[in-house]
Amino acid sequence: MPFLEIRNLEKRFGNVEVLKGINLAIDEGGFLVLVGPSGCGKSTLLNTIAGLEAITGGEIHINGRKVNDLHPSERDIAMVFQSYALYPNMTVAQNIAFGMEIRGVPKEQRDKAVSEVSETLQIRHLLDRKPSQLSGGQRQRVAMGRALVRRPQVFLFDEPLSNLDAKLRVDMRTEIKRLHQSMKTTIVYVTHDQIEAMTLATRIAVLKDGILQQFGTPAEIYNHPANMFVADFMGSPAMNLIPANVEKSGSSLRLSMPQRSGNPLTLALPDGAQRIAKHAGGNVIFGIRPEALTDPDGADRTSSGVVTSECQIEVVEPAGSDTFAITHLGGKQVVARLRADAKVSAGKMAKLAFNLDKAVFFDPGTQQRIA
Amino acid sequence: MSAPSPEIAVKTTSWTRILIYAVLILFAFYYLLPLYVMLVNSVKPLDEIREGDMLALPRQFTIEPWLSAWSTAQIGVQPTGLRPYFINSIMMVVPAVALSTLLGALNGYVLTKWRFPGDNLVFTLMLLSCFIPFQIVLIPMATVLGIIGIGGTIWALILVHAVYGIGFTTLFFRNYYEAFPTELVRAAMIDGASFFQIFRRILLPSSGPIIVVTVIWQFTNIWNDFLFGVSYSDANSLPMTVALNNLVSSSTGVKEYNVHFAGAILAALPTLIVYIVSGRYFVRGLMAGAVKG
Repeated sequence: MPFLEIRNLEKRFGNVEVLKGINLAIDEGGFLVLVGPSGCGKSTLLNTIAGLEAITGGEIHINGRKVNDLHPSERDIAMVFQSYALYPNMTVAQNIAFGMEIRGVPKEQRDKAVSEVSETLQIRHLLDRKPSQLSGGQRQRVAMGRALVRRPQVFLFDEPLSNLDAKLRVDMRTEIKRLHQSMKTTIVYVTHDQIEAMTLATRIAVLKDGILQQFGTPAEIYNHPANMFVADFMGSPAMNLIPANVEKSGSSLRLSMPQRSGNPLTLALPDGAQRIAKHAGGNVIFGIRPEALTDPDGADRTSSGVVTSECQIEVVEPAGSDTFAITHLGGKQVVARLRADAKVSAGKMAKLAFNLDKAVFFDPGTQQRIA
Repeated sequence: MSAPSPEIAVKTTSWTRILIYAVLILFAFYYLLPLYVMLVNSVKPLDEIREGDMLALPRQFTIEPWLSAWSTAQIGVQPTGLRPYFINSIMMVVPAVALSTLLGALNGYVLTKWRFPGDNLVFTLMLLSCFIPFQIVLIPMATVLGIIGIGGTIWALILVHAVYGIGFTTLFFRNYYEAFPTELVRAAMIDGASFFQIFRRILLPSSGPIIVVTVIWQFTNIWNDFLFGVSYSDANSLPMTVALNNLVSSSTGVKEYNVHFAGAILAALPTLIVYIVSGRYFVRGLMAGAVKG
């Protein structure tokens, strides 16, 4: 039985439907990340789990208990807010102990819990300070301390890292993951950053316009996106989505994509791609991640679906660890991720290796994945 | 705030600056002159005032007029001085200010953090009460006070001023709490704090500046009010403003201008003190660090 289960959740603000029938379930100890562009309803979804927003329809279960109508404090959850929401008039220690104080936990017990948590998060030296005397990263830790001290059944994180600078964000991300591994508490985490989602989650839910687009493990979401939105949203640089024609020659299939100059580029599809046979003679969207489109020497040798072809390179962007080459196929800009020392130069032709084992195909009309 | 650049400072040094200071000094002088006249004449014997030079410094210094105004001057038919009425005013103004400030804070809290359908309409209606002229409510209020049975007492004045002040205090607190981060309230809800615990433990401690503004505003208005004071009080519950009027208009033969001046300063003193004591907390930002930096 899932630990946290959301069934047919609906939320309306007046006439505006913010969440349209969300179904999610996650096991105990899981790390669920809700990801999506701003306005997709992910924060609203988190707030409904917390009980800060009433729901219009559906059910929320935590550990087998229906919590729909329970007050936030009775749901056995703790939340870390985007702005940290530290009480400005209290010291760090008072902030962490406030919940226990309200619940009437005796003073010695409170002090003990505060000191344990501050040890875990290395904020012991900050206990007597006011929030205004802390840096962004310190406030972040205190906010986590306030959640940790509660030992809840579920942690809720609302974009907790978005106010930190880039370096600190990466450090805190690792720290959150480490905390999760040691505590094994179920976490629901909202972010708009797909890298955070990929690195932290055991399950990702991608939302858009209040509709759940896909729910799966990070690998499923990344390698088998359910539709073009998920494909485009997850991954950086984004997946190349190239309009292509499917041609049949004898028993094998070919993809054909117009280039800016010269003949269309054609790729012979491996036998495994028979699922798109019914689209022969028609159009599909050919999705390939930048790392599956590389220089021939850098291609995955274990893959049987590597096809090489000459492409016109328009721009070269060395990024240190990789070199990105940008070409043009099917009327779209296409990014290839080459090894750092790959010999390519702008304006020249270069051989690129397409790893078609990693390719996905979408229906241009419905935008859903077909293979 | 950045320091003014030297270029601009140089340009405005000579003539502009002299002009600005001249105008400022002129106005300061203009506003301080009446206070000077009051102060100087309140410490002169009556004979000196009768000589006609209101601006002259006292030749013979005396605090007799102050003592008289405070404890022996004729107010109406009683030679009590202003003291009992001063106490009346304090008894009226302190609870009225406290009550209206507290209710305004509660209203502001509800109107911003516990939104309900029609909350903006309620707020608009409360705002309207700021624009109702006192004269309109005089008679209906007198009727209400009569029905409650507290007409002619200090309780009547407390009630009237508290009710009348709620519009303004709600406006002040509502606008202040509008900018107060709602996530703090939500965090406290998850921590299990109740409606009043959130108000008392989270919002009130961060409300220093707006409380000061509201208290100054309410104190000044209620202390200085004359119309409600004269309408709803009886001989034993007269506030200071009405008593001052009675002091000036009752005479036992001579007009004791020095006593009148002293009485007027006494009546103005509390509001002055409130300004001086709390004014410096006026602009303090107590919210720093609540939310990201």
